[in-house]
Amino acid sequence: MDEISVQAADFDPGGEIAALSWGDAGAVASFVGLVRQDGAVTAMTLEHYPGMTEAALADIVVAARARWPLLAVRIVHRIGRLLPGERIVFVGVAAAHRHAAFAACEFIMDYLKTQAPFWKKEETLAGARWVEARESDERAAQRWQDGVTDG
Amino acid sequence: MSVKLLYFASLREALGLAEESIELPPGVATVGALRAWLAKRHAPLATTKNLRAAVNQKMAGMEAAIRDGDEIAFFPPVTGG
Repeated sequence: MDEISVQAADFDPGGEIAALSWGDAGAVASFVGLVRQDGAVTAMTLEHYPGMTEAALADIVVAARARWPLLAVRIVHRIGRLLPGERIVFVGVAAAHRHAAFAACEFIMDYLKTQAPFWKKEETLAGARWVEARESDERAAQRWQDGVTDG
Repeated sequence: MSVKLLYFASLREALGLAEESIELPPGVATVGALRAWLAKRHAPLATTKNLRAAVNQKMAGMEAAIRDGDEIAFFPPVTGG
């Protein structure tokens, strides 16, 4: 059973993984993204497009399910103001075998980064600035279309 | 035709506007044409680097057609995750 949540509240990674660990699952792979503690950034605010964001995440899950035999997918993405060290995103995938779980987890994150409408604004001591999209994220999503990482 | 427009992130801040409903003149029938027409009063629509758009909550290219009643969003490239 898939679950997608866009929420201000924190989440419990252990609880998310436990919710994926049932039935025929032989492998659960997960990713947790955090606000980096690199010194300069004092806080980060995440904006989204209510409605489209949830739909875009659901589309990404559909695309992942078309490529790998997945048993369950859970995505939690936080919005609002977050401090360094706080959790931003959880992606977890359950499958019968590890390859599908690892690959689908990475695929979902790569597409989330380039297709799901979220925007980060960083606060620093020098002021606030919108985070610029990175070309490396575009390339990471692009490589799945090139088919080189399908294995 | 009339459409609902949404702006997000740095574009929303630059415009000082999150959404508006607007009546389009005849001939403005694609996302790209809408952008060019809107840019006459919303300059940041012309200057935002790699501007992205969505029509009815689906990512759309500048060539995408727009119809009466559509919800069209403009925003900078996404940076979630």
